[in-house]
Amino acid sequence: MSPLLQIDNLETILHTGTTPVRAVDGLTLQIMQGETFALLGESGCGKSMTALSIMRLLPEVGEIVAGSIRIGGEDLLLLPEAAMRNVRGKRISMIFQEPMLSLNPVMTVAEQISEVLRRHFNLRGEAEQQRVLEILNQVGIPDAARRMTEYPFQFSGGMKQRVMIAIALAGEPELLIADEPTTALDVTIQAQVLDLMRDLQQRNGMAILLITHDLGVVAEMAQRVAVMYAGEIIETATRTEFFRSPAHPYSCKLFASLPGKTKRDQGLAVISGSVPPLSREFIGCRFADRCDHAWDLCRTTAPEWSLVATDHQVRCHLFNQNSGSRIQDSIKAAEVLPQAAFKSQPAIFNSELLRVTDLKVHFPIHKGLMKRVTGHVKAVDGVSLTIPQGGTLALVGESGCGKTTVGKGILQLIAPTAGSVCYDGLELVGLERKQLREKRAEFQIIFQDPYSSLNPRMRIVDIIEEGMDALNVKDKVGRVGHQSALPAGKEVDALLQRVGLPPETKWRYPHEFSGGQRQRIAIARALAVNPRLLICDEPTSALDVSVQAQILNLLKELQDSLGLAYLFITHNISVVEYLADEVAVMYLGRIVEWGSVDEVLGNPKHPYTQALLSAVPVVELNPKREVIRLHGDLPSPANPPAGCHFHPRCPHAMPVCHETYPGSSNFSSTHTTRCHLYPQPQNTSTLQQKNARTTV
Amino acid sequence: MTMLFKPVILWTDSLIYLLVIVVLAFVWHVRRNEHMLAPWRRVGHSASGMAALTVLVFFIAVGLLDTVHFRPAVENNDNGNSEKVYSVEVLSLLDIIAAPLRTRVEKTYSAPFAAHLYARETIELPDGGQIREFPRLQFGGAHLQNPEAQLTADVTWRAAAGAGLGVFVWCVLVILLSASLAHRDNVGVLYTLSAIRRGATEIPWNAVLVTLVLILSLLGAALALSVHYHILGTDKVGQDVFYQSLKSIRTGLVIGTLTTLMMLPFALLLGIMAGYFRGWVDDVIQYIYTTLSSIPGVLLIAAAVLMMQVYMETHPELFDTIAARADLRLLFLCIILGVTSWTGLCRLLRGETLKLREMEYIQAAHAFGVSHWRIISRHILPNVMHIVLIATVMDFSGLVLAEAVLSYVGVGVDPSTISFGTMINAARLEMAREPMVWWALLSAFGFMFALVLSANLFADAVQDAFNPRVRTWPVKAGKPYRRKRQEEDPETKPNAATAKDVISP
Amino acid sequence: MLNYIIRRMLYAIPILIGVNLITFTLFFVVNTPDDMARMQLGIKRVTPEAIEKWKHERGYDKPLIFSEAEQGAAKFTHTIFFEKSAAMFAFDFGQADDGRDIAYEIKARMLPSLAIALPVFLLGLVVYITFALVMAFFRATYVDFWGVVLCVALMSISSLFYIIGGQFLISKLWHLVPISGYGSGLDAGKFLVLPVIIGVISGAGASTRWYRTIFLEEMGKDYVRTARAKGLPESIVLFRHVLRNAMIPILTGAVVVIPLLFLGSLIAESFFGIPGLGSYTIDAINSQDFAVVRAMVFLGSLLYIIGLILTDISYTLVDPRIRLE
Repeated sequence: MSPLLQIDNLETILHTGTTPVRAVDGLTLQIMQGETFALLGESGCGKSMTALSIMRLLPEVGEIVAGSIRIGGEDLLLLPEAAMRNVRGKRISMIFQEPMLSLNPVMTVAEQISEVLRRHFNLRGEAEQQRVLEILNQVGIPDAARRMTEYPFQFSGGMKQRVMIAIALAGEPELLIADEPTTALDVTIQAQVLDLMRDLQQRNGMAILLITHDLGVVAEMAQRVAVMYAGEIIETATRTEFFRSPAHPYSCKLFASLPGKTKRDQGLAVISGSVPPLSREFIGCRFADRCDHAWDLCRTTAPEWSLVATDHQVRCHLFNQNSGSRIQDSIKAAEVLPQAAFKSQPAIFNSELLRVTDLKVHFPIHKGLMKRVTGHVKAVDGVSLTIPQGGTLALVGESGCGKTTVGKGILQLIAPTAGSVCYDGLELVGLERKQLREKRAEFQIIFQDPYSSLNPRMRIVDIIEEGMDALNVKDKVGRVGHQSALPAGKEVDALLQRVGLPPETKWRYPHEFSGGQRQRIAIARALAVNPRLLICDEPTSALDVSVQAQILNLLKELQDSLGLAYLFITHNISVVEYLADEVAVMYLGRIVEWGSVDEVLGNPKHPYTQALLSAVPVVELNPKREVIRLHGDLPSPANPPAGCHFHPRCPHAMPVCHETYPGSSNFSSTHTTRCHLYPQPQNTSTLQQKNARTTV
Repeated sequence: MTMLFKPVILWTDSLIYLLVIVVLAFVWHVRRNEHMLAPWRRVGHSASGMAALTVLVFFIAVGLLDTVHFRPAVENNDNGNSEKVYSVEVLSLLDIIAAPLRTRVEKTYSAPFAAHLYARETIELPDGGQIREFPRLQFGGAHLQNPEAQLTADVTWRAAAGAGLGVFVWCVLVILLSASLAHRDNVGVLYTLSAIRRGATEIPWNAVLVTLVLILSLLGAALALSVHYHILGTDKVGQDVFYQSLKSIRTGLVIGTLTTLMMLPFALLLGIMAGYFRGWVDDVIQYIYTTLSSIPGVLLIAAAVLMMQVYMETHPELFDTIAARADLRLLFLCIILGVTSWTGLCRLLRGETLKLREMEYIQAAHAFGVSHWRIISRHILPNVMHIVLIATVMDFSGLVLAEAVLSYVGVGVDPSTISFGTMINAARLEMAREPMVWWALLSAFGFMFALVLSANLFADAVQDAFNPRVRTWPVKAGKPYRRKRQEEDPETKPNAATAKDVISP
Repeated sequence: MLNYIIRRMLYAIPILIGVNLITFTLFFVVNTPDDMARMQLGIKRVTPEAIEKWKHERGYDKPLIFSEAEQGAAKFTHTIFFEKSAAMFAFDFGQADDGRDIAYEIKARMLPSLAIALPVFLLGLVVYITFALVMAFFRATYVDFWGVVLCVALMSISSLFYIIGGQFLISKLWHLVPISGYGSGLDAGKFLVLPVIIGVISGAGASTRWYRTIFLEEMGKDYVRTARAKGLPESIVLFRHVLRNAMIPILTGAVVVIPLLFLGSLIAESFFGIPGLGSYTIDAINSQDFAVVRAMVFLGSLLYIIGLILTDISYTLVDPRIRLE
């Protein structure tokens, strides 16, 4: 059987700086008819450039310098541009990562789909409209006949991606290239979109080139996998082979660096260093500098392909027949060894550090002639939680549920509308700016985006010293004691070392650091004032999985040695499993379930928690799980549904759910949920009870 | 002790000195900070930008020479102790250097390189008869015995000599430059020279040097000729047009730079405050700039300048010299232009601050309890400075052009101030003459075009370097969009075949 | 939608009051009417009587804001502020120095102004967008490169030179059209050709370059890549996708100047001798006729504010994201 797509020795370079960047460097792969082929790799490894090279849609600085791309035997790189246009959208279609930006904002959805029909099938008029409707129904747009005349901004993120898929499907392509199709989407929406893609593939028999960084998505979708590193493919295998026994040290490390429940008491495996710049010339193996098993040969000779098993090749000297498979065993052995063991956390925390009661943050909506306040966006609507000294509470929820606002509300970066934030016995809400300032050293925050969290115009030393200066930390004796004895000017060095950066880096500027290093600097900046509580707002969601492991290890180690308490805001369940003691699940401004990690993740009670957990792709060969499909999207917090906020999407909704917000049901001293499925406490109808929460 | 002159520092002079100090301090500061230097390096890599800068340097040099003002001493012999009395006329260094041009005033119009007046005059002959003819100029070409026969040869010879001198100076500069570059990089001088010629240097010295050789040879020729001729002719009152053009440069530069200097504090303070504090502060500031910008610029300027004129007419006692009066009027014009043009920058800064205040590093600063003014000065101000810089260089050429229009409308500089606007205004009336007097207009056009064009090109380079998002110039002209696959690719990549064999499902 | 427009109009009132306050301060507070009289009459002929007479003729002999001498509401109405500034809200601009009614003059002169400004505006928009599209289509080639060079060169020439040069070449050298003047009806056509052509050329550099930047910025967006991935030819990508999106900033930016077209062009009108509002203003400035300048300032801001409102409305028309929210 001949392959549908055959790429040979593709080389694509980008003329961005003084030296050309070899984004794709000698890539060879084959995709069979009707299969899903996953191209897995971390950011900057050249996987998107590969996809764009296939479409011949490179950015203007990009250039294909060598290789061939054949679809059904025809070399795309030899086609004139006019003939290439007959391939795009017809034989090969593509969907992109950002559905928000990839649709033309001023054209209706129907117009954008019918463009393809006109271009490739010459459909007009009634037949065209009919086909548009058909495709929209196929991708699961509800009420398609009405919505086809709407504009993209009227669709939610998940629906926009469905429209993108509809555009791609309109040409009835043989190959669909999906470039990180679900990365920008929430996990429940991701499950919907992945489902849809699987369905469509089965129905239409097209091949899919799935480009992703997410091992979970690969496990769910792919038939064959290729791992890409620094511009080239280093391992290809069937999914079964790959997940049973990944061969390349890099692939092994990727698996080992995934956080999860089973790794709770140990450090995560990390890949030291970072991806080498692709503008550089490579002599040996590109991974050699970061590889634990590298020896001289790796640094002098680039490895050729070695066969590990049928359908499983790897580009690594370890698997070369001559250098022997003995080393292979040593990898396996090394993997089992934990990187560093942490003391297990004390199970009981007696002293409470932070107590948030019924916190509300409402943003007014102005409308009408005089800009009167006509309503409120209830971003946070009655959240209560407690964090013990040295403990970790994970706040989990999808984007738009208000979890970040909770963090800012606690820190008083946003003035809460109501409720109380009690830190170590002191009420923070309504405190004068000056009094609050005295307390600010106690609680700090780490942000999501390492690129916008450091001022590009300040040196690292100034960034770290800013908080110390503002809060006069230098004059005080460090409470935690890790830097009290140091002479002035040495604190910064000590802090940088503490987060794993050499002290001389303090004279540099942020742009010289990678994402992971910046996040370390942000942690050092927060640590500089000796906080006891750190609010971590998705600190690893912008990072690659191997870098995420480094940061998680650091956070865990700091908690052990300094006794920090964390409020960990995240949407990543495996991070929660790895790091948290307790979990609170948030939906539309309210906490719907709360308990210890084992209770909530092991035995979720609330239908939303159940659906959320089931939607997370699992990095397992044969995931034995039933995905609970949630319909629709997160409603607007400006106009939450009456009764239980979750009832429009809930598979178990009952009449009572439409009317009253459920009270708390306790399952243990720590595990509570708010759902009508469970016995309700008395007097649920009274308002006071509605917002109250049973405490620990 | 006798002073030959009494220094005079006019208002605009002091502000120019201040500006020079600010620029020097800024340069010193940038040189010490690698990350601030990086965008300037990108400016340095732009061939058009550097060529434009070379031209601008000459304009700025003339402008600065024209800024050093003083009153020369006049010998007073009335009372025997020969007490020094200073002239009421305020002169600048440029006036002294160009004294021949300034003092050699003809009777009226004369064309460039002419030896005769442009108008016939009735001349009394020694024998009592009268003829109407073009009289000889008092200064222009006065050294020629027989202008009709000698003029062309004399002009050519002098121009060639002057240009030759310019080229000689250029050669010396080239050698000095390549020697210093060679010394820095530790390579041979000849190697450096060829690198410059090929354009292989980091800074496009070849573009700079080509511009320089053009300027220097033109300048040399102009200097050599202007001693004996009015190279750009004379105007109605017989003043040298070349001299007027040189004097206009300072006026243009003052308007282009001081206006921005005047408005910058307002735009910065109000724009950042509006964006940072939001709420009622924002409402008030937005109201102010919407109101101001809703008055059409020319009309507001016209109204304000008219009122200023009235004020000056009715308070003549405030000004001791004509120069001081004209200067103050120039300054007020800058202020008025500044008041009408700060709103655009203010709006830009407000928008940028609104974006910045949501940045996580500002949130982090809030979490540390850093004070508002410290956040503004350490976090926001440095991150909006590129906008200020771009706005400053982009505004410059517009302001120089605006001066000409305003002076034409009658609300520009003082009529006694020489500027491009007053030159055009005076020359325009002569367009209707038969035969036409075209040289004054053409000189104003040429000088202004050179100044504004080089300012525009330099502004483009700065904008490209500091704001990579808005590219106004293609990265590389003429680069093919996509290249076809090379035929010989199995040769270039020998392991292609092996790779293909191994990977097959 | 209607609500929105009403709100915008209400918002215009404080701005107009602000404009009025600024003009009042400029014309009556910076220099008192006495100063102006002295200035107008010339230093030599100044006598207290002459000043009083001058002020009385123009109605400037009243207190500025508050009149002690009057009773009741007249305390405020018999003042310069009320009679000269507040009256502008009723389009009562008073009389010019030559005794003519300013409002009447403005009405009569609007049409000739519009006769040049409107063709320049429309023709310019078409020409600039066309050239910008061509440059964007040939981006990163020599067409684009030299196009930008030409734009920068055109930008660097003062509008005065365009007019003088155009008059010289076309009218004086080639005798194609009259140098200046204005006729009534269709006769005006031959006088308008030159000013319109020159108007279009003098704005070409800056506008074309600006539109080109907008086009290039749009072309870098992701939806353009999607359009190309559909297999659409470059011309359709450019005309259907890029142009439609780029027209939002271009059109709304152009709409704001439409009302200002009534004011005409100061310089062109005076050069070409067209009896519009632009030349009226210049004459007023040259003869220091404060009443006319004041009226034009007020009228200009009023038209600008109308332009702003029109801009908002045009946004709702061309951008579905705003229309439907």
